[in-house]
Amino acid sequence: MDMELFQQILVAAIKTGTPLLLVALGELICEKSGVLNLGQEGMMLMGAMAGFAGAYFSGNLALGLLLAMVAGMMMAGIFALLSLNLNTNQVATGLALTIFGSGLSAFLGASLVGSTVNGFKPIAIPLLSDIPFVGPLLFNHDILVYGSFVLVAICWWVVNKTRAGLTLRAVGENPYSANALGIKVIKVRYIAVLTGGAFAGLAGAYMSLSYTPMWMENMTAGRGWIALSLVVFASWRVGYLMVGAYLFGVASILHLVMQGIGFTISPNLLAMMPYVATIVVMVIISSNPIRQKLAAPMSLAKPFDSRRH
Amino acid sequence: MLKTQARLESSKLMSWLSPLIAIVLTMLVSSIMFLALGINPTTAFKVFIIGPLSDSYNLGELMVKTTPLLLCATGLALCYKANIWNIGAEGQLLVGALVGSYFALQANDDSGYGWLAITLLAGAVAGMFWAAIPTLLHQLFHTNLILTTIMLNYIGLYLLLWGVHGPLIDPEGFGFPESAIFADALLLPTIMEDGRASISIVLAVVFAIGSGIILYRTLPGFQLRVFGSDQPAARYAGYSSKFIIWSVMLSAGALAGFAGVAEVTGPIGQLIPQVSPGYGYAAIIVAYLGRLNPFGIIFAAFFMGTLYMGSDLAQIELGMPTAITGLFQGILLFFLLACDFLIHYKIIWQPNKSNSQTAPVSTKQGAA
Amino acid sequence: MKQDNLLLSLWQVSKRYPGVVANDKVSLTLAKGEILALLGENGAGKSTLVKMIYGVVQADEGSLLWQGKEVVIRSPNMARSMGIGMVFQHFSVFETLSVQENIELSLDAGFVKDAATLRAKIIELSAAYELKVDPDRYVHNLSIGERQRLEILRCLIQNVKLLILDEPTSVLTPQEVAGLFKVLRTLASEGCSILFISHKLKEVTALCDRAVILRGGKVNGECVPANETPDSIARMMVGSEAVLSERYHKTIGSDELLVTRDLSVPPTNPFGTGLTKVNLSLHKGEILGIAGVAGNGQEDLLEALSGEDTRAEAGSILINGRKVAKLNAGERRLLGMSYVPADRLGQGAVPDMSLADNTLLTSARKGLVNRGLILPHKVVELAKSIIHRNDVKCHNAHAQAKSLSGGNLQKFIIGREVDQNPEVLICAHPTWGVDIGAASSIHRQLIELRDNGAAILVVSEDIDELFMISDRIAALYEGQLSHAVHTEQTNIEEVGKWIAGSFMNEDKPQEDVKHA
Repeated sequence: MDMELFQQILVAAIKTGTPLLLVALGELICEKSGVLNLGQEGMMLMGAMAGFAGAYFSGNLALGLLLAMVAGMMMAGIFALLSLNLNTNQVATGLALTIFGSGLSAFLGASLVGSTVNGFKPIAIPLLSDIPFVGPLLFNHDILVYGSFVLVAICWWVVNKTRAGLTLRAVGENPYSANALGIKVIKVRYIAVLTGGAFAGLAGAYMSLSYTPMWMENMTAGRGWIALSLVVFASWRVGYLMVGAYLFGVASILHLVMQGIGFTISPNLLAMMPYVATIVVMVIISSNPIRQKLAAPMSLAKPFDSRRH
Repeated sequence: MLKTQARLESSKLMSWLSPLIAIVLTMLVSSIMFLALGINPTTAFKVFIIGPLSDSYNLGELMVKTTPLLLCATGLALCYKANIWNIGAEGQLLVGALVGSYFALQANDDSGYGWLAITLLAGAVAGMFWAAIPTLLHQLFHTNLILTTIMLNYIGLYLLLWGVHGPLIDPEGFGFPESAIFADALLLPTIMEDGRASISIVLAVVFAIGSGIILYRTLPGFQLRVFGSDQPAARYAGYSSKFIIWSVMLSAGALAGFAGVAEVTGPIGQLIPQVSPGYGYAAIIVAYLGRLNPFGIIFAAFFMGTLYMGSDLAQIELGMPTAITGLFQGILLFFLLACDFLIHYKIIWQPNKSNSQTAPVSTKQGAA
Repeated sequence: MKQDNLLLSLWQVSKRYPGVVANDKVSLTLAKGEILALLGENGAGKSTLVKMIYGVVQADEGSLLWQGKEVVIRSPNMARSMGIGMVFQHFSVFETLSVQENIELSLDAGFVKDAATLRAKIIELSAAYELKVDPDRYVHNLSIGERQRLEILRCLIQNVKLLILDEPTSVLTPQEVAGLFKVLRTLASEGCSILFISHKLKEVTALCDRAVILRGGKVNGECVPANETPDSIARMMVGSEAVLSERYHKTIGSDELLVTRDLSVPPTNPFGTGLTKVNLSLHKGEILGIAGVAGNGQEDLLEALSGEDTRAEAGSILINGRKVAKLNAGERRLLGMSYVPADRLGQGAVPDMSLADNTLLTSARKGLVNRGLILPHKVVELAKSIIHRNDVKCHNAHAQAKSLSGGNLQKFIIGREVDQNPEVLICAHPTWGVDIGAASSIHRQLIELRDNGAAILVVSEDIDELFMISDRIAALYEGQLSHAVHTEQTNIEEVGKWIAGSFMNEDKPQEDVKHA
């Protein structure tokens, strides 16, 4: 394989990995607090629709981004209300959120199908982008990709180096002990879930304003679900998440690469690749259950009910 | 002031009332939505609920929509009762339809009902096989069932698209992604003069009743419920988790696969890309609406079938996008989950007694 | 007692929960530097009372005076800022965090200036009070004793005026208890008041200046423990009608029924111990007691013996000479084994199911099922008879298991298991959290079963209980089992040392005296 193709693949991996990275970062923060929100797909779709609508009607991409994050947070708010206040089953509630999100985004976005906006354009960073190989790889992206680099750094710092992160991890490990120490468990979890919603909204906006600047029903095509397995893949560590997202990025463009080098298979069979890759990755990472147990937040998906204690 | 209080025992009454409350609340929210869209809610509900029941053709179509929902939801309920999160009914249905179609297309005009039976069996076995993949991975590698079944839904969809665009395409179909129309002997007998409802609805009801009896009247069903409600207790009692997991997953796969093959050999009569408008996902809601009880699910499936029919009619008569079905489904599931709160908690009215108690005390702080 | 010497007083404090009055007009006072015992049975209202003092819950009625001023303690944070510290029974430490992070979490954000200062302070305090813990270690690597020291350190670091300890000794070896008491006395001598919750009368007599006894949510008496006998205090706790303690005769077992040979299993979770070469033999007509502090492999032993865990090598467990290690719990039941698990609600009984269904849970083969079909009348009949014979207080056979109190559920589970006339009974913590009346009826039931020829293995953290009911006794430490000796040929001190692992250095023969 020649260098240029290799570079192109890596650039494409970053572009396809970015929405996965964003939504998985949000879910990671959410899961660190002990809440499993399976509604990522629904939140992403709402983000994608709201982001596109905002940018389309106002002509302002920033407004689109803002709307996307608000939409994601509103969706996350419904989830939080049900699972944190009414102690509903987190798995079922997350599924409901996905069904609701895909229905609502399709309903509200029906009139936008077929419209286009001028999406985010790559901004080459002077000097840095001229570095051979690394330059085009890292320093010639749109603002959302740069933003995702910054968000990774911020999330890593908050989770591992701050008091807020310590509180978050404590709540995710044992909410009852945290409560006994006077930590407001429900409040912490609300913040984590809403943050997750904002990230998912942002990831959705990346889809509809940068990756393919348009709106289409179910345009996220299971990325919300893939991101969930990405969090498991990363063993709930921010750093691994970034590596994982780009690896998944490569896997999901593999069919384009294969077509590119003249491999002819039915496009429908090639389109299965990302999903097959996800299953393969899950098999590899799940085969050591002890390691998994150690990495996962200990109270993940277990409801906290102060009324019962 | 309203307060919530944990109940000592779960309320049996509320466990039956909560789906009804959820339906009422969903209708209230949708009324507001209709008003916002400038549609009179009474007109809308007439179209949505009375419409599907209005004449015998519509009634037949209602059964057509209900059948796959009932089949898939019965299987899912068995899984969810065992606390096994199988989200894969959609993929199992699609693969059942695909493999069933392959068998159906091998038949010719001389084939008898024996070939139809083989086709149906093949569809069910294909669904079982599709459910066996995540089960095997779960047993061997502890992979997360939710995520693998979801991924297999996408893979199943692309497999079906590949089949209908490729090997199973009608050679005389001018390149349209459709199979040839199945031979007459390969079509399920219908149960009504006009309309497409076939005997599969009867079979679906029989399967649901059978599942209900197994679940609530037999020892394996009891073991399944114990396993789902409390895994350590099942392990303590020595119930085989392997047997339970495999049984529910394979049953669910077979039912969903059968639903798929019954679609192509029933109302559709050929393989097309749009075999399912998301029946496998809607079945999750049906299972919950029926309280994971196969008897309740029979009613829930008819209700959800009505909703599907209704949105078809609403598209024609009120010009509403069909996406509205998904919206209703999501809202309904939210309310269902929320109303379950009432099973475990009661809401009581407390006059502001405790407030007035603490208020003067807290003002005294530091004064004594 | 002078008024200005008072640190805390409670006046007519009440707290109600649905269906119960946890505290009914409780009044008590605590002086500066005093060690006060709060005594009472399970359910007497001790926990609720201290939760109110620590701000976890608020009183419905009554008032609380702190240093002479009336206060409402709204949260644990507020309690801590006032100088109240609490060491919980089930420690509220975080396993995946380090010692220092655990301490940091319990401090107000403003209190922690920087990590280095905090670290220095931790080291300084742990040296001053002989509470040895390394600030950088992760909690999941700490022993139970070290975790408790961490909890105490966490309170000391912000100049505590009142230290509350909820059943602090139930998880410690006798030697660790002595160390803890030394620390508490030092603290009291420096003016810190201590509220010590316990139901162990000997400890209260050894440590506390004064004791307040709660019964049924009310104060039932007050005394200076040094002037009382354990019996007279116990009377105040349980009332005059209860049987306090009984002496049961000891027996010598006959044929071997259950044997393990070098039974080893790896730990099931990252924080577990597993089992290493456990050899035990359980005989017909005897009770073998397994002593040990929680977390030393009790769960692994119970799971391996019961069949919940089938990872052990086939030949390492034998019932009646048959290799059973690969059989699951249901298959072992068919060989005449019954099992009372450690966790009543959630393991021994399904919380959301009725007592009738919970009867069916392990008794299906007692004619309750015909060709796979459940016979509901038979199930209810059996459930009723278990409820009746064991004096289980419940609504009826259709009551959900979760609606029963812990003691009544335990009576139901033991009744259900004993009803199967087991040859071998594995019994975990038979009276943990059960009131004295129910405990003696459970003990009598076990003795009766033994006298009818069953072989019984009891795992318990309560060493007094084991000495009362077992014929032979052994200790479990870090997944290894000591040899078993006749209860009458040893004493609590010796077994206390085994619990702390001393038997591992001794070179005693593995066979016990009689069966050698």
